[in-house]
Amino acid sequence: MYGFEAMTFNIHGGYLEAIVRGYRSGLLNAADYNNLCQCETLDDIKMHLSATEYGPYLQNEPSPLHTTTIVEKCTLKLVDEYKHMLTQATEPLSTFLEYCTYGHMIDNVVLIVTGTLHERDVQELLEKCHPLGMFDSIATLAVAQNMRELYRLVLVDTPLAPYFSECITSEDLDDMNIEIMRNTLYKAYLEDFYRFCQKLGGATAEIMSDLLAFEADRRAVNITINSIGTELTRDDRRKLYSNFGLLYPYGHEELAICEDLDQVRGVMEKYPPYQSIFSKLSYGESQMLDKAFYEEEVKRLCLSYEQQFHYAVFFAYIRLREQEIRNLMWISECVAQNQKSRVHDSVVFIF
Amino acid sequence: MAYSSSWSRALVQISPYTFSAIGIAVAIGISVLGAAWGIYITGSSLIGAAIKAPRITSKNLISVIFCEAVAIYGVIVAIILQTKLESVPASQIYAAESLRAGYSIFASGLIVGFANLVCGLCVGIIGSSCALSDAQNSSLFVKILVIEIFGSALGLFGVIVGIIMSAQATWPTKAA
Repeated sequence: MYGFEAMTFNIHGGYLEAIVRGYRSGLLNAADYNNLCQCETLDDIKMHLSATEYGPYLQNEPSPLHTTTIVEKCTLKLVDEYKHMLTQATEPLSTFLEYCTYGHMIDNVVLIVTGTLHERDVQELLEKCHPLGMFDSIATLAVAQNMRELYRLVLVDTPLAPYFSECITSEDLDDMNIEIMRNTLYKAYLEDFYRFCQKLGGATAEIMSDLLAFEADRRAVNITINSIGTELTRDDRRKLYSNFGLLYPYGHEELAICEDLDQVRGVMEKYPPYQSIFSKLSYGESQMLDKAFYEEEVKRLCLSYEQQFHYAVFFAYIRLREQEIRNLMWISECVAQNQKSRVHDSVVFIF
Repeated sequence: MAYSSSWSRALVQISPYTFSAIGIAVAIGISVLGAAWGIYITGSSLIGAAIKAPRITSKNLISVIFCEAVAIYGVIVAIILQTKLESVPASQIYAAESLRAGYSIFASGLIVGFANLVCGLCVGIIGSSCALSDAQNSSLFVKILVIEIFGSALGLFGVIVGIIMSAQATWPTKAA
């Protein structure tokens, strides 16, 4: 019953909610980002980060640092915190936390299959996988030749199994099919997560619906923009859109027939929440669209902390950490390549 | 006297001792339920938040103390109520005066029990939010404490009305 969560939420979730709010207070703020943006070398970045919570993770790294090392160690912090919370969680919070990582699992599966297609070494690919999305039999993915084998050999035992019902074909895997597979899986995952949150009810359902609807709409826009000019037909494109969200169903009809960015803009400006995003871009410019979406997402994720006694704070924390790691990666790359003037192009401040 | 069967007849035939005993049980039992509920709501958030911000533990024990006070109100009123229970000669058990005394002890217990239940719940929920806010920004503690103080006044209202109610519980002393 919405409104009465306060009476029983703390039995199972009180301790972990307090812990995740403690973790959130450790996210880097604007002052930290300003310091980092003024660094000259990667060692300066390491020194500034050692004063934040990332200190213990970076202090043992030898001196010629690479940007990938910084990102890897920071991701390790997120993984440690996630595992700490997962081991202490009871149902249904533990299922909720696992749902938050299925997106990474899908990305890892696609990474290994694409890498195998281009004849890369499996070990090298495994190192590039995101640690939150690992599962036991992931290395066996390199053996599969088409989707049916992929499913039968590996994926039937993973939590991703129910998402495959729509895309099992016997065609051989190539780049186009893999991208379609990724988007179909992600669509099924988002819809499943949405249904799960609706079943939980209360404040969790309301706040997660909003966050997942934004995610679904963002993916719809990205799919549309990325498939302009490719051989993806309109019907195929429409099949990749999720069946919930602000844009469902009329926005999807209009997006499916868009052929360039200005038509997409025309469609999106009919929806007030997205009008503000698209008004920040001048005509014909698409590079800033990603940053505008990230900013909107961060704003919504931070708003979820205004309410107590629901699970969306956990989802929001994982996403905010990932945004922070993206910021750190961008700053490190700009510093490493001596392009400090472009540092503020893509950093999204969280606080 | 008509021997019709009706609910009002049934209620009037229940002994006032039953009503009094139930009133005393509700006074202490439901008050303690409210206090315990409030304490676990505050306590679980306090423990989790104190991992990142250990400085909040000593100040935020006030929230737990406010919840505990609710249980103490229940104990005090239960003791007062049970001193009001007197034995009445058998012929007077169903006299109007006895019934009145029984009902007033029952009502007093109910008032105190349920007022303390919601008060304990209220203070517990606010205490949980107080612990989490204090962990992020220590200037918020005193302001949220004011809200808790207003919340704990609710239990006090219940105790006052309950004691006034039970003060008029006079049992008949001799055969009329």
